[in-house]
Amino acid sequence: MITSANEKKIRVLVAKPGLDGHDRGAKVIARALRDAGFEVIYTGLHQTPEMIVNAAIEEDVQVVGLSILSGAHNALVPEIIDGIKKEGLMDTLFVVGGIIPAEDIPSLKSLGVHMVFTPGASLQDVVDYIRTHSPARS
Amino acid sequence: MDRNDKKSASNKANQGNDLATIRKKQLEWEEKLKQSEASLPPRPVKFTTLSDMEVPLLSTPVDLHNDGFDYLKDLGFPGEYPYTRGVQRNMYRGKLWTMRQFAGFASAAETNQRFKLLLEHGQTGLSTAFDMPTLMGLDADSPRSKGEVGKCGVAVSSLEDMEELFKGIPLGEVTTSMTINAPAIVILAMYFAVAEKQGVPKQKVRGTLQNDILKEYIAQKEWIYPIEPAVKLVIDTIEYTTQHYANWNSVSISGYHIREAGATAVQELAFTLADGLGYVDESLKRGMTIDEFAPRLSFFFDVHNDFFEEIAKFRAARRIWARIMREKYQAKDPKSWMLRTHAQTAGVSLTAQQPYNNIVRVAVQAMAGILGGTNSLHTNSMDETLALPTDEAVMIALRTQQIIAEESGVANVIDPFGGSYFMETLTNRVEREALNYIQKIDEMGGIIKSIEKGFPQTEIANSAYHFQRQLEIQEKVMVGVNKYQAKESVRKMETLYIDRKVEKQQIERLVELRRKRPAQAHQQALNRVKDAAINGTNLMEPILEAVKAYATLQEICDTMKTVYGEYRESGSF
Repeated sequence: MITSANEKKIRVLVAKPGLDGHDRGAKVIARALRDAGFEVIYTGLHQTPEMIVNAAIEEDVQVVGLSILSGAHNALVPEIIDGIKKEGLMDTLFVVGGIIPAEDIPSLKSLGVHMVFTPGASLQDVVDYIRTHSPARS
Repeated sequence: MDRNDKKSASNKANQGNDLATIRKKQLEWEEKLKQSEASLPPRPVKFTTLSDMEVPLLSTPVDLHNDGFDYLKDLGFPGEYPYTRGVQRNMYRGKLWTMRQFAGFASAAETNQRFKLLLEHGQTGLSTAFDMPTLMGLDADSPRSKGEVGKCGVAVSSLEDMEELFKGIPLGEVTTSMTINAPAIVILAMYFAVAEKQGVPKQKVRGTLQNDILKEYIAQKEWIYPIEPAVKLVIDTIEYTTQHYANWNSVSISGYHIREAGATAVQELAFTLADGLGYVDESLKRGMTIDEFAPRLSFFFDVHNDFFEEIAKFRAARRIWARIMREKYQAKDPKSWMLRTHAQTAGVSLTAQQPYNNIVRVAVQAMAGILGGTNSLHTNSMDETLALPTDEAVMIALRTQQIIAEESGVANVIDPFGGSYFMETLTNRVEREALNYIQKIDEMGGIIKSIEKGFPQTEIANSAYHFQRQLEIQEKVMVGVNKYQAKESVRKMETLYIDRKVEKQQIERLVELRRKRPAQAHQQALNRVKDAAINGTNLMEPILEAVKAYATLQEICDTMKTVYGEYRESGSF
């Protein structure tokens, strides 16, 4: 997709927190977002919450997408969100994808996750959601 | 040319005019087909395999002939070179495939209960899933383990946990498979130590260590050390088991994770065999002879949705491996030629939507694995895309295998697709395309070099993205996901929930262990591990001593890390 020159590209950090090595989803999403015209930074695997917070700040992203398939989301996601908010990026859009049991979604949302995509979500839905909801940054 | 000429000469005797007649009749039929299709055109879909290979509408003896099909050379007989039809002479009449359900969650004590449940219900082998920290060589109390303890498998931080895991299970009477890679040498040492404590003679210790580090860099991504020392540890275990544990399968060369990461059937086959050849080359460099270790190499493939493609993959796998072992490596022992394999139904094919449909997918995939001649099988549980499986879901998965074995009749006959015009040409095609990849990897300087260049990783990522795009435009269908969706279909199912308590208890156990173990012994043992790592000698003996002194998994792995360093992958996608 083509974005006009004066329209600033949406910057997205795709991150893999924790120890799980399942990066198929993260890589497919990263490519789809790039093909949709976003500026995508992928952290690579096995990131600690602190590493992800630092990457989000350094790369000045509007959107943080976290891919977790190991079941560690309840422990890791809050640390990342709190860390980024502490750095003053209050409007960051947080999206989580992976194997997230339905009963965990309300608590993740109450902790600041804006959207959770579970297996079977379409690439187009993810792209559309981020395009519509990412905060403007000057 | 020669080959084809000879072929037509030999075919002439039995087919001769028949082939010409068949060709002529086929042309006539094709004319009629055109007419029929004028009123009933093919459905507007692509007729391809799951991996996107074109599938012919019909195959005939002409296709077999064009492929130069030679029964004795290409198929032969079961239990005989090149093993296309299977590695045992009487296949499932003699012994059914091993029904081996992968299990592991929470604490060693809880997994021990699941193991006993499976054994009581007729399972014939154990298969252990470890949690993420264990897979990464971390103890439960490492800060990096937070939130991960016991989630995706059982937590094993020391020999004490391993003792608990197999408590009351006589290790001389079961075969155990352990899915562990980067720290595999340590976990194997723990298992041998438990067997020793139970008083089991070494030759009665049977099982399989996954221990396939190359596919970690390619697909599964649970690594610790850089590639070279990591492969050295694998060769250490091959060398040690060859000398001391003659019935232990040292490496389970795994395509499963490669496929699940998005590879096509051909890529899965090619990269897995290339990994196997990597271990063969390194073991030869160590000074072992091919027939010393090759008989104990085993394989592990995925069984995905495309029924024929999967059967062809298993048949081609056996033939390629046998030919390479015999022709290139000059192996003399038929056991070195045999590709023995475990199979698991495809986790990625399961859907969270309408999860009961997964029972059907698993049954179809299991059937393909069995018709493909697998020696051992894990059937996934219907709820595994939601969480680890519940007892009930595991039982349905096991019963699926038992129904196929006892009710369907497929276990009565060997390789029933053998000779099928379509199956044989498909097997040939899968073989050819896999060999092309293997040659390409050879030209890059072997599998290790090709991984360093990112070649298999990129090929897999491309295939994964291609497939996802096909799903988006419904060129490929997942029932319940991109077609036949139902409202409120998702997650109406009880799932297994791993309590955070497990992590706390596991940490307490570890603190207690560190307090009560003899302080000096484990430190001295760790020093010996370090010395051996520096000197480049086989690490198995020093690690055995260290685990017996209750040094923890992470203490041992970190000790080696000080010598070997750590692997890092770039964040390219």
